[in-house]
Amino acid sequence: MRVALLVTCLVDGMFPDVGQATVAVLERLGHQVEVPLAQTCCGQMHINTGYRRDALRLVRRTVAAFEGYEAVVAPSGSCVGSVRHQYAGLAAARGDTGLAAAATDLAARTFELSEFLVNVLGVTDVGAHYPHRVTYHPTCHSLRMLGVGEAPLRLLRAVRGIQLEELPAAESCCGFGGTFALKNPDTSTAMLTDKIRGILDTRAEIITAGDSSCLMHIGGGLSRLRAGVRPVHLAEILASEPAKVA
Amino acid sequence: MKTPTPTPASASALTFLGMPTAPRGVGALRGDEPFPQAARRALADTQLRRNIANATGTIRRKRAAVVGELDDWAELRAAGAAVKDDVLAHLDQYLCQLEEQVTARGGTVHWARDANEANAIVTGLVRATGAQEVVKVKSMATQEIGLNEALAEAGISAWETDLAELIVQLGEDRPSHILVPAIHRNRAEIREIFLRRMGAAGGVPASPDLTDSPAALAEAARGHLRERFLRTRVAISGANFAVAETGTLAVVESEGNGRMCLTLPETLITVMGLEKIVPTWRDLEIFLQLLPRSSTGERMNPYTSFWTGITPGDGPREFHLVLLDNGRTATLADPAGRAALRCIRCSACLNVCPVYERTGGHAYGSIYPGPIGAVLSPQLTGVADNPSLPYASTLCGACLEACPVAIDIPSMLVHLRGRTVEQAGHEHPFERGVMKTAAWMMASPRRWSAALRMARLGRFLGRRRGRITLLPPPLAAWTTSRDLPLPPAETFRERWARRTEGGDR
Amino acid sequence: MRTWRRRGAGAGAPSAGPAAPSAGPTGPTGPTGPSAGPTIAARAEVLARVRTALGDRPEPAPVSRDYRLAGQGSASLPAGSARGAAVQVLVDRLLDYHALVRQVSVGGSGSGSAEPPGVAGAVAAALADRGVRRLVRPAGLPAPWLAGLAELAGQAGPAGQAGPAGQAGPAGQSEGVELLDDDAPLSVRDLDAADGVITGCVLAIAETGTIVLDGGPGQGRRALTLIPDYHLVVVREDQIVASVADAIAHLDGAGATRPLTWISGPSATSDIELNRVEGVHGPRTLEVIVVSAAVGQEPAA
Repeated sequence: MRVALLVTCLVDGMFPDVGQATVAVLERLGHQVEVPLAQTCCGQMHINTGYRRDALRLVRRTVAAFEGYEAVVAPSGSCVGSVRHQYAGLAAARGDTGLAAAATDLAARTFELSEFLVNVLGVTDVGAHYPHRVTYHPTCHSLRMLGVGEAPLRLLRAVRGIQLEELPAAESCCGFGGTFALKNPDTSTAMLTDKIRGILDTRAEIITAGDSSCLMHIGGGLSRLRAGVRPVHLAEILASEPAKVA
Repeated sequence: MKTPTPTPASASALTFLGMPTAPRGVGALRGDEPFPQAARRALADTQLRRNIANATGTIRRKRAAVVGELDDWAELRAAGAAVKDDVLAHLDQYLCQLEEQVTARGGTVHWARDANEANAIVTGLVRATGAQEVVKVKSMATQEIGLNEALAEAGISAWETDLAELIVQLGEDRPSHILVPAIHRNRAEIREIFLRRMGAAGGVPASPDLTDSPAALAEAARGHLRERFLRTRVAISGANFAVAETGTLAVVESEGNGRMCLTLPETLITVMGLEKIVPTWRDLEIFLQLLPRSSTGERMNPYTSFWTGITPGDGPREFHLVLLDNGRTATLADPAGRAALRCIRCSACLNVCPVYERTGGHAYGSIYPGPIGAVLSPQLTGVADNPSLPYASTLCGACLEACPVAIDIPSMLVHLRGRTVEQAGHEHPFERGVMKTAAWMMASPRRWSAALRMARLGRFLGRRRGRITLLPPPLAAWTTSRDLPLPPAETFRERWARRTEGGDR
Repeated sequence: MRTWRRRGAGAGAPSAGPAAPSAGPTGPTGPTGPSAGPTIAARAEVLARVRTALGDRPEPAPVSRDYRLAGQGSASLPAGSARGAAVQVLVDRLLDYHALVRQVSVGGSGSGSAEPPGVAGAVAAALADRGVRRLVRPAGLPAPWLAGLAELAGQAGPAGQAGPAGQAGPAGQSEGVELLDDDAPLSVRDLDAADGVITGCVLAIAETGTIVLDGGPGQGRRALTLIPDYHLVVVREDQIVASVADAIAHLDGAGATRPLTWISGPSATSDIELNRVEGVHGPRTLEVIVVSAAVGQEPAA
């Protein structure tokens, strides 16, 4: 299958290893991965902060960049959520019916990594080996906007050597919320504190999730506390192989 | 009142005759400060956070259990949403039908364009009875319009009879939850308020050896209010539902204070938001399942009262229904926002909201707190008056999942953020500049690549520690509690370009 | 004091907007309350606003009623459940609400009109256990329900109908019960001084443990079941419906416009830390006698 990677602006600029890992997993399963370099940012931040007119430029660019691919895969539940659930409505509200139609078409082809692997490809064991104690945080947009359900956990359970710990109050939001983290820093921090308490209770070495943004927030809090728990994106765990583990 | 004076509330009534669009609502719908500041103070109150976390945790478990019992919950929820959408789409017809039915059965219908007009109508009605005190059933509509204050200014004492409202009234406090206005108080605090205030409030004082067991506190409330119920001649209520085809009103409650108010006085005045209508009696089969299970987490609340106009020999001899707009028609005018008027005030969205759970209700300023408040209050007042509320959410989606009438609160918040930026964006010129610049950069891969190269300079910010612990504005708020990793030496697109030697497409 | 910024709301505060004299104060102009003028203007304006707001002519999806309808049972009581299952679900729910429950099984006497003696015994036992001395009796209460009371001292006319019928009261039932009839309406003080009230009901909902009163015979006006602190209800098995939808269907039509009270357990509150506590303003004790027909018998009509 000809698969395009929607790398997301955050992974592009801050977490290139996550993008590389996503490519590695898909290639290991025998798929040809392409990265249209015309992509920049999906526009989610602009949409969710209320800058609809500015967002529309980014929506237009993203829709054009991914035209013609059978499947578009992103290592982010929230960016996929935006493409799938916000693009067409935004374009329609601005009266751009052509863009709305193209966005609807893209929405049907765009998948978050774990749902693509499990629900589209029907794969749960991607041949990963990761001998660590790991806990998983289901990010809100993956969980409730996309409904990825158990897909990430099924993938993780199939990883060799992994010790998976259940996260208490896993489904509670971590408090990131995009610009919420900046506009409401105190509430965001209060939510983060509770999330970190849950993570520490599991005694895991690694906190993983399907969104680099939430992980950056959680990891930033853990780093500030010198907690010693590392944030690692789900794609990086799935990409790990015995040879690469020291 | 020996010396009647002009009702100040009515004298200051705002009117909007001739205005082309529906005007904004007035009343207790705005706070004194933006949400982030109010939230900061609330977050510092550890007792408050504990009280709210305990209470919402309890109710979440109960709700999940009783919702899980019904194998047709999804179908009930979809039907509830559809019925309410039908009501909104034909609201003018249903309002006229309701008016006709209530009138035919001996009630009197009044129309209020806004809070001030509603207060003036109620004040006039109470005065006409000669009563100087009224008993009240818990009602969000009368909280919204500030009726108690308006009555007080007219020399009429309004006594709240719902236990939580009583706690709030005696404590000279503000409600912080739709269902349980005193959710921010624990039993020890309630005991203290009862001991200190019950005597002063003119009812039966609390016994000095009152304990803080919930049963003892409930008993004290019973003793305090009983005499008042038996003697008071005028009652004021809200309504949970009004059936257009029959003119029947419904109040859903637990304690029996509602029954007291709806049954014993000679005059009953009900203040109801325009949107509380259901078309037919049969529609109640949906809402009487959705509401109690979502609200108190019970299969059915202890008491539900239905009345239709006047019934000779049973209950009040005079019944007045006040239909309240106060910003509802303005809300109705926004196709992307009007679904907020489906709300049946169950408060399930508050109980599951991670933001509400941390901040409590007061931080929202409006008497409608939590996720529904964050979409309802700015629409009732106009977004320019409540610009911080649409942002008081992480868009986590727990509210939509819990809502028994499937209001897509996250999408509505995003929509209202758009309206806020477009109508009140000038209040944040710096943010506006940053967002516009970002969009400009990201609109071109060349500019975006250049921007990422620039961002790499950020590596210097944390070169000693290997992480960034202090960012300049506008990102300074990030590093108050979080570090940021160093930007990588190479972006993903640079790596990819290297790998494919010249790039792909 | 409340500290909201109430723009323009409330007196004393200068109004934030122009006070248009045309719609002026709706304050009292006479002893009958607000004049009709402003409310007519308000009515017209609100309706105009609604119509303007709906200028986009929304066409919502039709209501699809694919939830369990009347006659389709409930999750706990699927249609076609065995006889007696409804009683068990109702009793389970009532006990969950901390109501007191007595179950009576009666054989058919062959006469549909005669109330079974089992009810009388249960009523007498319940009143004795509670220590009720002054009992409110609504008009139309089936006389045989009170036939088990050993000694009656009702002052009102028809009290004799409920007089001693020869059956021995249960042990401990030695003192009389005074029956308070509502023919000449009892005052709230009379009701407050009563020890309890006994009623029937129009129907009961098994799924939710709800008893519905509509003010019909044997139920009385609403105050009767509100002010006394103890409410004893007799529910016959044939009055039990499975679901809320069934109840709504039964009441549809003329039934819907009667004053209705739905009762699910004793009065309660969840206002203190969201924990349910029974006993606030309404009757603090709800006791229910559920009357089933014995096996092989149809329930008494």
